[in-house]
Amino acid sequence: MSRTTLDLWVGLFVVIGFAALLFLSLQVGNLAGADIGDTYTISARFDNIGGLKVRAPVKSAGVVVGRVHEIRFDTGSYRAEVRFTVDKRYPFPRDTIATILTSGLLGEQYLGLEPGGDVEMLEDGQALQITQSAVVLEKLIGQFLFNKAAEEPTN
Amino acid sequence: MNGVLAAVRKLGALVVDGVWRLGFAARFFMLLLLYSGQSLRRVHLTLREIYFSGVLSLLIIVVSGLFVGMVLGLQGYETLQRFGSGDALGVLVALSLTRELGPVVAGLLFASRAGSAVTAEIGLMKATEQLKAMDMMAVNPIARVVAPRFWGGVISMPLLAALFSAMGVFGGWLIGVVFIGVDEGAFWSQMQAAVDFRFDILNGVIKSAVFGVAVALIAVFEGYDCTPTAEGVSRAITRTVVSSALAILALDFILTSFMFRGQS
Repeated sequence: MSRTTLDLWVGLFVVIGFAALLFLSLQVGNLAGADIGDTYTISARFDNIGGLKVRAPVKSAGVVVGRVHEIRFDTGSYRAEVRFTVDKRYPFPRDTIATILTSGLLGEQYLGLEPGGDVEMLEDGQALQITQSAVVLEKLIGQFLFNKAAEEPTN
Repeated sequence: MNGVLAAVRKLGALVVDGVWRLGFAARFFMLLLLYSGQSLRRVHLTLREIYFSGVLSLLIIVVSGLFVGMVLGLQGYETLQRFGSGDALGVLVALSLTRELGPVVAGLLFASRAGSAVTAEIGLMKATEQLKAMDMMAVNPIARVVAPRFWGGVISMPLLAALFSAMGVFGGWLIGVVFIGVDEGAFWSQMQAAVDFRFDILNGVIKSAVFGVAVALIAVFEGYDCTPTAEGVSRAITRTVVSSALAILALDFILTSFMFRGQS
């Protein structure tokens, strides 16, 4: 069987097609940067996680250090248990505070980590002790209205 | 009374005919898969069909992808900047292309560019009794003519859809970043943060592969099943384009409801 120009065109077509796929996965989908090598898992319990979702970023000082891995409802304490993975390169002290924050006014919610001053570092599978729940806008407005109503009679 | 009777009779005949064709199509598909092994062993047959349905569709796919991306860039920016989030243009362009527009529009273009050609070719072969002649010479027309065209379409389609999406993203970048002046860093980084390889890109590829199978099957079946006259061939081509388009849109809805249900 001899090679023909047709084979060349088909080969070229396949190469272009796969190049497009590669472009999509690397440049558009960021496959290369998506998986952060070795990780360790930390859990934290919140009274209210608001709109936090699985795969939401975990940030410290604005830098993405991990991802939310699992969210479930703990029937024992009636709180939300969030398990998230953090890159091994970033160790955090034992008394780190986890907060649920919102990027921008209407942006997506993410998990913020504020490191404390403990000398011991967190290890795989440990739980954070101090957490701060998501700010629920309705509650905030309700509180504001309530305060306003309470002020009224004094005037 | 007679008129009503005739109408009911016509409707019944239409339904029975439809079910008949569906059954034949299923049997045809099984035969096609059965003889695929035979035809795939002769690779050059399939390569030739990849050339005709894939390589020759490159131009229309590239040009339409570019323009679709550019329109998305313009329209998306117009709307997004009203909410002060013009930087999210990359997310909008990339997500709509990889999830929906890439596979669907590339599929529609592929059906009208390559599917119709395949139907016409097989239909004419049938009308000029070439298929029968092959049968007489103990050459299986499904293995020799139909299967290579089917596989050519199935292989070409995902590659064309990926190319369409890539060109669309490039078009969106061209309009958004180069002409309008959206910040380039925000454009790419927000896109990379929002587009997931498995959820968005891989699902898009799966979609386009499914569309490829549907379009290629409809095209070869309509050609093989056509009435062997000039009018019959032209009707078969029309049916190919119409039913491929309907199949793509319906399948897209089904696949989307499976893939992206409950995700943000």
